[in-house]
Amino acid sequence: MWRKTQKQFAAALRDPGTAVPATISDTGGKVSLKRFNVYRNNVAAGLIDALAATYPVVHALVGDDFFKGIARNFTRLFLPDNPVLQNYGADFPDFIGTQNETTSTPYLSDVARLEWAWNKAYHAADKVPSSIAALADAPDELVANIGLRFHPSARLIQSAWPIVSIWQAHQENDPQSLLGQLPDRGEQALVVRPDMTVHISTLDPVAYSFIKALYDGQTLGQASPLVIDRGPLDLSGHLAALFDTGAIVGLSDLT
Amino acid sequence: MAGAGTTIPSRAGVGLKACHYHDILGDKPDIGWFEVHAENFMGAGGPPHAYLSTIRASYPLSLHGVGLSIGGIEDLDLDHLDRLKALVDRYQPALFSEHLAWSSHRTAFFNDLLAVPYTDETLDLVCAHVDQVQSHLNCKMLLENPATYVVFETSTYDEVDYLSEIARRTGCGLLLDVNNVYVSCINHGRDAADYIDRFPAAAVGEIHLAGHGEDRDDEGERLLIDSHDRPVIDPVWELYGRTLARTGAQPTLIEWDNNIPEWSELFAQAHLANSVMTRTLQNCRSPHVA
Repeated sequence: MWRKTQKQFAAALRDPGTAVPATISDTGGKVSLKRFNVYRNNVAAGLIDALAATYPVVHALVGDDFFKGIARNFTRLFLPDNPVLQNYGADFPDFIGTQNETTSTPYLSDVARLEWAWNKAYHAADKVPSSIAALADAPDELVANIGLRFHPSARLIQSAWPIVSIWQAHQENDPQSLLGQLPDRGEQALVVRPDMTVHISTLDPVAYSFIKALYDGQTLGQASPLVIDRGPLDLSGHLAALFDTGAIVGLSDLT
Repeated sequence: MAGAGTTIPSRAGVGLKACHYHDILGDKPDIGWFEVHAENFMGAGGPPHAYLSTIRASYPLSLHGVGLSIGGIEDLDLDHLDRLKALVDRYQPALFSEHLAWSSHRTAFFNDLLAVPYTDETLDLVCAHVDQVQSHLNCKMLLENPATYVVFETSTYDEVDYLSEIARRTGCGLLLDVNNVYVSCINHGRDAADYIDRFPAAAVGEIHLAGHGEDRDDEGERLLIDSHDRPVIDPVWELYGRTLARTGAQPTLIEWDNNIPEWSELFAQAHLANSVMTRTLQNCRSPHVA
């Protein structure tokens, strides 16, 4: 009995076009759509708020009405699969890209990806970063075989748009004035939370390809050709910069 | 866990919100305890756990779940029970509470506290779920009365009788949300004072107070919305006093989850609750406990 009613209730919550279950009434015995709509509104508003909390820069970029429209469409198609709402909205960046209304703002999806990475970094496991001294202690003949272990919060994102500059502008009081000065190129981001604050830094293309290779499990020996003779920094310069971000928590097993 | 008490004092506490962390750590306010929504602390690490650990070291804590779907027809989510167990083990809360409501259906979590019909079928179901929670978490839980906007024609129990029976069968305590009583009674044309007078006072382990919004239904009848976005109104303070006269002093939470005010305003609501508690208990020195 309750199984059937709950199924009807759930279906009516998900689809405003579905009739309210006949077993539901107000105390006068009448089915009140407006009363049932309190639940529909609670579900939508709660999930839209959750998305707005995870994607504050996207929210600011498109404005409240526009954001709520996209978010409402998303919540109608995708509900959370468990009660931990910080995990809700992983597919929102891709979903933004499918919405006709967002074609004039093609960078939105990538800004959303950056915000999702920030969210994951914020809640990731805590770990104390290693200093580059860990590398200096390794025997010379083994250095080429060493891989680096990344902080649980570390994420890398590459975009054809200046997403880090857009994100950083929104950490200031007057993002609009800064948005007028965006670089005319794509940006690569390293997101990491070495302690209590999530840091987002821009990587040049050479540093990005090097760090990405290490992040994907390559050894220093395998990844180092990506930086040798590719710019002002040498290998040790790139490694020092990487360890400085706090993104490295140790070395892979030396074999 | 060190410090901070293994019981919740019978005075006012408030819901802990991230925007108040710095006020709390800076001012060390004289507040009885804090309550958190368990689901907001289910990440692996980061600032939420760091702040909660620091605040927990100085204040008693109550853990309030909003996602177990205890009234749902389906089995409880064992992964979610494990997440709750991990939080209970880590933070040693003095109270754990959840709702007489459902929020999940199959793979979908609706993120709302949805109404349950009060029948023999659901009574067995809810009692089995409460038993399972208490056994999994190895502690007594409190079950909260819901704010409801609809009723079911299939219901055969009055809400107070239903909750009383759950407490009797499972040994769980009850979290009496006085604002929910007011909201539901206005919405369904019932007498809130009568609800309070019939509530099983001996089972009450905590009280919730909050503000609510007001609308009209399709028939033009008052429709109150449990919005937790404003101060507690006078009729709810009056019901609170009526409750205390029966239950004696109780841990009392000010819930304010939306349009969250400055810390000072939230703190002032807690003060108000303490004043009502002091005044009520002075007026009836030997509370009649049913």
